[in-house]
This record gives sequence, C-alpha cells and structure tokens, in this order.
Amino acid sequence: MALLEAKNLTISFGGLRAVDDFQISIEKGRLYGLIGPNGAGKTTVFNLLTGVYKPNEGIITLDGKDITGKKTIEINKAGIARTFQNIRLFKELSVIDNVKAGLHNHHPYSVIAGILRLPKYFREEKKMTEEAMELLKVFDLDGEAEYLAANLPYGKQRKLEIARALATRPKILLLDEPAAGMNPNETQELMDTIRFVRKQFDMTILLIEHDMKLVSGICEELTVLNFGRILAQGKTSEVLNDPEVIKAYLGE
Amino acid sequence: MNSKKMQLNKNLTNNLITYGLVIAAFFVVQGMIWTGKSSSLMQGLLVPLCVYVILAVSLNLTVGILGELSLGHAGFMCVGAFASAFFSKCVQEAIPNSGLRFFLAILIGAAAAGLFGILIGIPVLRLKGDYLAIVTLAFGEIIKNIINVLYIGKDGNGFHFSMKDALSLHMESDGVLIINGAQGITGTPKDSSFIIGVALVLITLWIVLNIIHSRDGRAIMSIRDNRIAAESIGINITKYKLMAFSVSAALAGVAGVLYAHNLSTLTALPKNFGYNMSIMILVFVVLGGIGNIRGSVISAVILTLLPELLRGLNSYRMLIYAIVLIVMMLFNWSPKCIEFRERYSLKRLLKNRNHNKKEAE
Repeated sequence: MALLEAKNLTISFGGLRAVDDFQISIEKGRLYGLIGPNGAGKTTVFNLLTGVYKPNEGIITLDGKDITGKKTIEINKAGIARTFQNIRLFKELSVIDNVKAGLHNHHPYSVIAGILRLPKYFREEKKMTEEAMELLKVFDLDGEAEYLAANLPYGKQRKLEIARALATRPKILLLDEPAAGMNPNETQELMDTIRFVRKQFDMTILLIEHDMKLVSGICEELTVLNFGRILAQGKTSEVLNDPEVIKAYLGE
Repeated sequence: MNSKKMQLNKNLTNNLITYGLVIAAFFVVQGMIWTGKSSSLMQGLLVPLCVYVILAVSLNLTVGILGELSLGHAGFMCVGAFASAFFSKCVQEAIPNSGLRFFLAILIGAAAAGLFGILIGIPVLRLKGDYLAIVTLAFGEIIKNIINVLYIGKDGNGFHFSMKDALSLHMESDGVLIINGAQGITGTPKDSSFIIGVALVLITLWIVLNIIHSRDGRAIMSIRDNRIAAESIGINITKYKLMAFSVSAALAGVAGVLYAHNLSTLTALPKNFGYNMSIMILVFVVLGGIGNIRGSVISAVILTLLPELLRGLNSYRMLIYAIVLIVMMLFNWSPKCIEFRERYSLKRLLKNRNHNKKEAE
C-alpha cells in the first residue's frame, strides 16, 4: 500500500479552482517530483497535504490513516514534515537550537522541570543535543552549530531547513523548491544530499522543483500540474517525453 | 559534543553575570545603608526600584521573547497589587506572622494576575502587532477604572460588594470597608522590604532565564521568529503564546504585590497603574534591548534612579533624562554603534591579546 495517498483533492479560492481533482500515490522510499509552470498550484498541493489549507473535496491518507482536514501540528505528528519555498528558519536562534526546536515533541519535559532544572531537564536536553549534533553532522553543519541561523550562507540555510524537518522524525519529507536560488555546483551538492538523506533515513521524499536537471536526475516518478489540474503522471522518463508536457512546460 | 558544552557554559556564565550584578548591587546598597551613607530619599526608592526591575524583566518575556507588543502590563500589576492587598487586609489578624502572610500574598497576587493573563490572552493573542497593543492598552485602562469604582466591605454577615458607593453596601454597624472605590485600600501591612524585593528580582530572573533556555523557551522564540514554520514542526502555537503571556502577567502581579505592600494607601491612579506606567516599562525594555534580560535590569535601574539623582538640577532634569534616553537608544540600536561595540568589545580585545601572545611565543 502507498505511504501517502490523496484522492480527488480540490480547493477553490473564490471562483478560482487552484487545485482541481488532484491525486497522488507515493510508495514508501520513493523520490517523487511535482513540477509545473508558475502558478500551477504546486505549493497549494503542499499546503493541502500539510493542513495549512483544508480541501473542499477529497481525502488524504498517510500510512492508511485518514489525515484530511487535520491541523498542521497533528499532521506533523502523524509524520509529514516540510520545508518552504522562501526559507523559513528561526533566524534569531542558533543553528543547533533550530534543530532542537524540531525535536520538540520527541524529548518532552514539563515547564516546571525546565524552571526548577530538575534532573529530567538535563537528561532530555543532553539527548536532544546529541541527536541534533548527529543531524547537523549529516548536513555538514556541525561546525556552525553556534552560529545564528540568519548568519548562515544561503545554501546552508536550505540544508538546515531540511535538517530541522528531519528532526521531527517524519515518514515523508516534502521539499518545496529546494534548489531555488542555487548555482549549478550547489544544486549538484543538494542532489547528493537528497539522495543521501533518502538512504540514511530510509525516507520517502516528495519535492517541488523547477530545475529540470535536478528533477530528471533524482526523481523516479513525476506529476505535472498545469492550471491546477494533472497534466501527466508516471515514470520520470515517460512523463518528460510526453508531448503535452513538453508543450505546456518545457517549451516546444 | 564539545561545542554544545561550550554553549551551555556560555548560557550559564551569561546568567551568572546577571544574577551576580543584582547581588553585587544589593550588597553595595546594603553597605551604604549600614554605614549610614544613604539618604532617606534613596532608601524610599529601593523597593520601587525592585518593582520596576521585575516589571521590565517580565515584560521582556512578552515583548522580546514572545515578540508581541503588550501595553497593558500595568494592568496586570494592578490586579496583583489589589488582589494581594485585599488578601493581606482580610487576614491581617488571622495570620500575624508577616513573613508567611506576605508569602501567601505573593502567591495570590501572582495567581490572580496570571489568571487574568490567561483570560485576556485567549481572545487577544489571536491578534498581532498594533492590534494586540491597542487591546492590551484598553485592558489596562479598564482594570484601573473598574477598581476605582469598586467597593468591598466585610461585616458579621460576610463580604459585601458594590460598584456604586460605600453606602449601598448596606453593612452592619461593625462593618469594615476594605476597598473604598477611588480611595483604594488603606492600611495594608507594610511587609515589603529591600531584601525581599531583591529576592523577588532574583526569583523572577531565575524563572525567566530558565524558561528561555529550555525546550519551552525555544518553542516560544521559534513562534516569534516564524509562526508558520513553528507550526509545521509540531509546535503548539496557542499553548506557548499563552504560556509566555500568562507567566509574564503573573510576574507583573508579583511586582504589584511588592508595590502594594510598600505603601500604606493603595489607589489606582493613572500615575501608578495607567498607561503611562505601561509605556514606561516598555521604555525600560526597549532601551535595555528587546530580548535582552540583563539589559532590562540595567535600564530599569538607571532610568528610575536618574530623575532622582538629577533632582538638584531642577528644570534641566527632564532634558537630561531625554538626552540619556536618546543616547542609550543610539548605543543599543544604531548599526554604527553596534559595529563599534563589537570591534572594541572587551572579549575581543582579550582574545586578540592572547592571540598576539601566542604568536610572540
């Protein structure tokens, strides 16, 4: 059975059908791409899947459980983590604190324990720190652990956002244009990182991307959106050779 | 691992410096009192000083750490002050031990203000920025005005309550008026002292600093920095906003308790619980650096003492006060000054020195 499944997803803003009859089925461990021209509704799909918007119609299931219409927090707890198109880090927090914020729900202790500095505080904080440092090491950010997130260079901010999302221990990771604003070298490095993340964490990944080199390089399956509707869906090589797709998106 | 240890140590040293400053200031002042070098005017200023420091630190939790502008802080202080003064007056005979009575009064003041924080916070924290500021400002004014028309008396039959005047309480002849409308509460036991004030300042600092450097503080600051991202990693926005707001309110209530038990007559005037007061606390916070707890302590002390120290200069007093405000503002916030401070900071100079030494060797 598919890990993440959506059927007949539809949402309208006023008279505009931003996403119309969207469906997707992602197997566990898959690297899945969502592409389409600007304004096609890709980020809206992400917002639907993560509970930012509630769909007018349709259902979403994660690992067999219905998560349609649930709140973002609950969906995150159920196992969907995401990054954002315009990076949203906690800029005034240190790099390691960003990741530790992601671990928030996995090492709980009460406010009282925090204020009175009970042994539980030290125990859980220590575990958090170790786990956060391990994650940072994966992304080669351990050297900058004490920096303010705002002071990181752009490429590293993107990585930190992925690290923070992974800290919530998701079943599936949604990446919204991870390569936006990167030069070819950085994009190449990012591709390696995404591949590595999938292997290391046994992660299922759904990503939105415009960079065709990245998409054709790492995605195994694709869905192409155009004006809120699905234009093509299937194996990457087949989809990219579909004449409809070429016409709408890649240019004639 | 190593770098994390460094971070913990850095936080710890920073906190210790803050506590150390307060304790050092306490001993200096106490030394002056013992050697008889302090004027009675200055001694009268010591408890209000602690009150302002607590207020500034607690407001910084809302403004600096949670990142929401609240202009109703004096309102929470007012709630704490009147709730605790009412309690102290009622049990003055029942609990003759002033220490125990004051301890209970603090708990009650904090609980009452905290409760108001939650009640106000639930609807109000949905608002942001200017709107939140306006609503909290209104809250402060409403509290002050309600207390000004509140009459509560006690006689053999129990408590009587009215919002019209003292006569409409219909008390028996043995009745005692506890809250007398605009005349407030008179005869509150004078339980506050400088030592207790400093102890409360330290407790406030302990609570606020420990919250900041814990899981909950991280959650609160992540909401401040990016609400949408905080939500996406499973942080409960409402819970943590409310937590920060109500803790901040409860601590303001503690300041109110300290304030109320330093005076024999407690009245809700625009001067002590009005929006002037809220703005003044905000000035302490902004000048000390938003989110900088130690800065709040220092600026509250300086800006409270300054007008008194300059009393001799009469009409130039407020002029100098204004200039100090502007200079502090520039020192804290102007990019050039920040750059200058970083370049010539003590830490950096020491580091360079060590570096040079090593090179010389």
